[in-house]
Amino acid sequence: MKKRVLIVEPSEVITEGLKSILEDQIRFKVLDPVADVDKLAERIIASRPDILLINPTMVDNVMQLPGKQEMTVVALVYQYVSRDALKNYDAIVDICDSRATIIETLAQATADESSAAHSNYELTKRETAVLVELAQGKTNKEIADSLNVSVHTVISHRKNITHKTGIKSVAGLTVYAMLNNLLDESAII
Amino acid sequence: MKSTKSRLFSADGRLSDLITAHPSLLTLLTRLGISLGFGDRSIADVCEASGVDTSFFLLICNVYTFNNYIPSTPTILDTDMNGLVPYLEKSHKYYVDKRLPHIERHLDAIAQKLGGRIGKVFISFFQQYKQEVEEHFSHEERDVFPHIRALMSGERDTSYSIGMFLHTHSDIEGKLDDLLNIVFKYLPPQVDDDNVMDVVYDILRLREDLKKHTFIEEKIMVPLVCHLESAMKS
Repeated sequence: MKKRVLIVEPSEVITEGLKSILEDQIRFKVLDPVADVDKLAERIIASRPDILLINPTMVDNVMQLPGKQEMTVVALVYQYVSRDALKNYDAIVDICDSRATIIETLAQATADESSAAHSNYELTKRETAVLVELAQGKTNKEIADSLNVSVHTVISHRKNITHKTGIKSVAGLTVYAMLNNLLDESAII
Repeated sequence: MKSTKSRLFSADGRLSDLITAHPSLLTLLTRLGISLGFGDRSIADVCEASGVDTSFFLLICNVYTFNNYIPSTPTILDTDMNGLVPYLEKSHKYYVDKRLPHIERHLDAIAQKLGGRIGKVFISFFQQYKQEVEEHFSHEERDVFPHIRALMSGERDTSYSIGMFLHTHSDIEGKLDDLLNIVFKYLPPQVDDDNVMDVVYDILRLREDLKKHTFIEEKIMVPLVCHLESAMKS
């Protein structure tokens, strides 16, 4: 399940930067950001985010936000904010943090069970099915026909497989599939 | 960009200081035609004694060391580039004769341990990659380098143009990333031994080296040839 992120931040430059970092990640879905504090409560109720990434200068008391208990509230800091003001946040992202640190902070803050972080990287059944057919040398079109999905869906599965494994080439994915015993030995061409 | 420039190496410094600060440059020396045993002599002195153009030597060292450094076209044109093609050829030889066989020996040992069909598929993944790299290099040696040599000696050479090179220049580091992921993430623990660790380091080193090699071809060789080609036409 993708974590839905609601960014609450007046600066468009910063909002866009965060969006581009997070949208790169399959585990996050970035909701339409909120720049206007007056609409915040309404938007939280309407969009039910998993993560609220919020500039602490925009709210007086984070405890009074609707649904505070159901979501992870992360402070987005780029100027001096007193320690006291940050104590009710689940995590803190500094905009000078590296891309990897920001992603890691959000992932850790939302990892409810210890296994959650790992399972995000395991291939789904569908992805495994695509991988097996890829390793057998089939084209995207052939895979789409055999699994009864669109070519577009196959491509999106392939993107996820590459993202999770770090392996791009079909030859490399074949080795991966074999090492994970996903292939019947006779099935490989 | 001023701050980068001030950090770049200069000819008066000792070569040994350069290597001490950036040991990875050691692997460049042979390819640039410089032998060890240079003592405490300055970069300029060592280059002169070895018949290597100092400004060219510094250009390559700077590119290898400073990731953000892209030499400007005037810098490239001011530098004696006679050493470029020999350097690139020696680099190819270094990758093909030294680095790749070295990695292959480790992978062979790992494939033996994996055994059976998996071992075969594993090693053939690398052999395929090696073949792609060799073809990539031999294309450059067959078509591109003679073209550059001709232009540099003032011949009008229209049989090839660098535009064709840009069109076909493919990435040769990508599959190394695949290999790296397979080796350190997905090999079963039973095959884990010194070979695995050694080969991870070797692949990482080769990947960095190839990245710089591609950079030199695209950011130094290509602008140089573009300039020579247009100078020929006018």
